[in-house]
Amino acid sequence: MLNYIIRRVLYVIPIGLGVTVLVFALVHMSPGDPLSAVVPPDAPEEMVQDLRKAYGFDKPLPVQYVTWLGRVLVGDLGVSVARGREVVEELRIAVPNTFILAAGGTLLGFTLGAILGGIAGFFQGRWIDKLATSIAITGVSVPHYWLGLVLVIIFSVEMNVLPSIGMGPGGSTAWEWDAEHMRHLVLPVITLAVIPMGLITRTVRATVAEILNQEFVQALHAKGLFQRQVLAHIVRNAAPTTLAVMGLQLGYLLGGSILVETVFQWPGTGSLLNSAIFERDLPLLQGTILVLAMFFVLLNLIVDILQSAIDPRMSRR
Amino acid sequence: MTTAPALDSKQKAVVDAAQVAVQSRGYWTTVGGRIRDDKVTMVCGFVVLLIVFSAVFADLIALADPYKASMLRRLAEIGAPGYPLGADEMGRDMLTRLLYGGRLSLFMGISPIVIAFVIGGTLGLVAGFLGGRVNMAIMRVMDVFYAFPSVLLAVAISGALGAGIGNAIVSLTLVFIPPITRVTESVTTQVRSLDYVEAARASGARSLTIIRVHILSNVLGPVFIYATSLISVSIILASGLSFLGLGTEPPEPEWGLMLNTLRQSIYVNPWVAALPGVMIFFTSLSFNLLSDGLRSAMDVRL
Repeated sequence: MLNYIIRRVLYVIPIGLGVTVLVFALVHMSPGDPLSAVVPPDAPEEMVQDLRKAYGFDKPLPVQYVTWLGRVLVGDLGVSVARGREVVEELRIAVPNTFILAAGGTLLGFTLGAILGGIAGFFQGRWIDKLATSIAITGVSVPHYWLGLVLVIIFSVEMNVLPSIGMGPGGSTAWEWDAEHMRHLVLPVITLAVIPMGLITRTVRATVAEILNQEFVQALHAKGLFQRQVLAHIVRNAAPTTLAVMGLQLGYLLGGSILVETVFQWPGTGSLLNSAIFERDLPLLQGTILVLAMFFVLLNLIVDILQSAIDPRMSRR
Repeated sequence: MTTAPALDSKQKAVVDAAQVAVQSRGYWTTVGGRIRDDKVTMVCGFVVLLIVFSAVFADLIALADPYKASMLRRLAEIGAPGYPLGADEMGRDMLTRLLYGGRLSLFMGISPIVIAFVIGGTLGLVAGFLGGRVNMAIMRVMDVFYAFPSVLLAVAISGALGAGIGNAIVSLTLVFIPPITRVTESVTTQVRSLDYVEAARASGARSLTIIRVHILSNVLGPVFIYATSLISVSIILASGLSFLGLGTEPPEPEWGLMLNTLRQSIYVNPWVAALPGVMIFFTSLSFNLLSDGLRSAMDVRL
């Protein structure tokens, strides 16, 4: 297993490098001069050339990439063009906010999904299974940004019981564990939880159904184990698959909450990306995408290692 | 060594179905029969057809001009005379715009899947059939794309390229090529090692003939099913890009964009503002159920 873990950890290096190449290429693929965001269109040619040199845009692309990579490796993501602050600083504020949202969404989605999926798997074909399956397919089919809007309409516009935008009172951008902040968390977390709930319900249902069909379950019953003890075996067998899906979902929510953050004007990485795109703030765009992708790569790594720890068969793949 | 994350349950089912396809006779007749017996799938197929037709023939069905604004009718209630589903923030007829909106939403949602099916299918076929270094090269590049959550990748590419329908389609295509390549590669590798392919090779068939006659026919079905299961996500993402202002530009009617512009009006007429999302939801739900039905009709193990 140690062997597997070492190989798996080493594999992060080529993937990580690939990610940096892709992120770099993305930003340099964008049409127009990368300086257009900083330089007014009527700037004198001399000044443009000076700036080009200062930003290193006059060098060939591979050289630019290596220079950029060198700085990224020491944690320097450059300065945001539109905000004039270090990209790292911006991320330090935004990433925890997104993480709170993503963790809340995963937790809620996972709990509901595991319960619904477990029930559906045990009572296959009964009405309760059909109900759970319907909820699951609705969850994966609903455009979550629209669901967020509908929740706002119901709970903020019509009933006026929950806040519709922001993270806390007075446009707060730092999370605090108080009632006001919690109230702001409710609607975005529900919105974000819907997709993982659907996916986890489906996964757990399929996994439980598959395990129930295996002979060892009958053997356990035959041995005279209580239902409760058999259940423990099933949970242990269903855990690796479920864990993998859950880990991936947390990653998807970290990188995919941009739409929900836009609906609720949540001050996280999604809002950062959004403003970076529309202000053509390339360093901020590059830095945010890179950090989110790297989180996802690391999360995948952790999931794989945990999975191999729970289920030794995984490491022999 | 496979260090990439394992196939998820949906992908696994598709790969398993491939093996079944190889084994049984009169397979398509059985599948056809199963679909006819499956009420949910039949209804969803009908709903999908209905949505597609009403979008294609919007100019024949719709009563009003989708671009004609009216200051007097701004945000008219649902059921207002002459405006069965109300009017949007510019006083344009909602029903008409919802019908027309289907054109762009469906086009932007489905075409990336079609293109990704062709490109990803080819890549996966080549990787699976040739194996070795070619496989390695193709699949490792796909792993890099897999390192991005799909929404982030779509937003990042669209954001870098700028707003526009074409750019949105390019970015969604790039999002869906890796998963389709992976499934195709997996199915192809499995089919390639079956005895009858070995037999064909031993009897002197050329590689292209083997791919065309023996492999393609067994790979195409499952990969097609997998691709249809992605349409729902693609439609949600395509409208999502427009919702962010990265897809269609005003005044074009498109569900995601309509949702975005109507968002400002939720305190005035909330339920009209929510309508475009209902269309996205029903379309995506129908495609999802349809693809589920097709998949279980093709999967003998059920």
